[in-house]
Amino acid sequence: MTRVFALVTDLGSRVTAMIWRAGFAARFFWAMLRHSGTAFRRFHLTVRELYFAGVLSLIIIVVSGLFVGMVLGLQGYDTLARYGSSESLGVLVALSLVRELGPVVAALLFASRAGSAITAEIGLMKATEQLDAMEMMAVDPVARVVAPRFWGGVLSMPLLAALFSAMGIFGGYLVGVVLIGVDVGQFWSQMQSAVDFRQDVVNGVIKSVVFGVAVTGIAVFEGYDAPPTAEGVSRATTRTVVTSSLAVLALDFVLTAFMFRGI
Amino acid sequence: MMKRSTLDLWVGVFVAIGLGALLFLSLKVANLTSLDTGDVYKVKARFDNIGGLKVRAPVKSAGVVVGRISEIRFMTDTYEAEVVMSVDSRYPFPRDTSAKILTSGLLGDQYVGLQAGGDTVNLKSGETLKLTQSAMVLESLIGQFLYSKAAEGPEKSPEKK
Repeated sequence: MTRVFALVTDLGSRVTAMIWRAGFAARFFWAMLRHSGTAFRRFHLTVRELYFAGVLSLIIIVVSGLFVGMVLGLQGYDTLARYGSSESLGVLVALSLVRELGPVVAALLFASRAGSAITAEIGLMKATEQLDAMEMMAVDPVARVVAPRFWGGVLSMPLLAALFSAMGIFGGYLVGVVLIGVDVGQFWSQMQSAVDFRQDVVNGVIKSVVFGVAVTGIAVFEGYDAPPTAEGVSRATTRTVVTSSLAVLALDFVLTAFMFRGI
Repeated sequence: MMKRSTLDLWVGVFVAIGLGALLFLSLKVANLTSLDTGDVYKVKARFDNIGGLKVRAPVKSAGVVVGRISEIRFMTDTYEAEVVMSVDSRYPFPRDTSAKILTSGLLGDQYVGLQAGGDTVNLKSGETLKLTQSAMVLESLIGQFLYSKAAEGPEKSPEKK
């Protein structure tokens, strides 16, 4: 009887904690949006975060984009050649990259490369009481630390996703045209007639902006909410990667369902 | 006091590369330069059956894309489908132009083909094409073929002998 009682108490306290956390997250995001003016008025703060989130992610984005495109080229050629339509390789590579793989894989890489770094940094600042020190000096840590990191991530995400797609298409071109020998003109012209600017490119950019908000938002919140211990920061970092990856995949399904339901 | 730093340079390079990739995607991959902007005029056409025609499908004349389907609706007065096409205003067509629903390739997507007539007056925006030919539906085609075979079969066989 007491065990059942303990179980119910445990469940109840977990649910309460979850609701508490959700409410705190909502208040945190509202405060961050309200203080976003600082991120743009003192733009050098955001530029610094653009450097850490964007510039330092360039290498991994470029290299993985290139390889994903090259694999798409090989696999796509193998399948399309069976139906005698290997000229559509450009269409396959471009559409799958611009619509799905570019935004999604770039966001997953961004979550593990930059999101975890943001969480660890903010969490450690909290653990070493730097955030408290700022408050003592009448500097709002949400305005000074959180908002620039958030906007740096949100601004760099679409650029990284576009770069990923462009590098992937270049990789597909390398394998398809240079290595295998698909006709150059067919490769580009079929791609150009199949890829639509508004339907495909703009929707891909919208996706990557949404993913940027989700990943960076989760990262700054997990960092700000981390228990101020070494273990707490390490847990928060892990949670950032797991939660934001799941959020990206779930949001991708929702966005795709809205965007490409076929008019 | 604002000072330039190497950090600014790197962020500038990053933004430039990212915008360059976006430009590449929109110009080289999506071919934004063709036909999307610019003036169009709308032409309507009624079909008995549009098959698998979709909004945004191309409108072609002599194989060249001259416009796009902008709207498809079902008319309850005649039980026909009305297709509204946005044709680029660089390409005027005579009033007796005919429209056909064609298929690109054997199993490809369907599009509207315009065949220019000989009238001296050009189509104006909002006018309706009089001559249309519906989409070929494979099932009814096979049905027609079988029916005509069955109808002419017994008559022909004695002649041959």
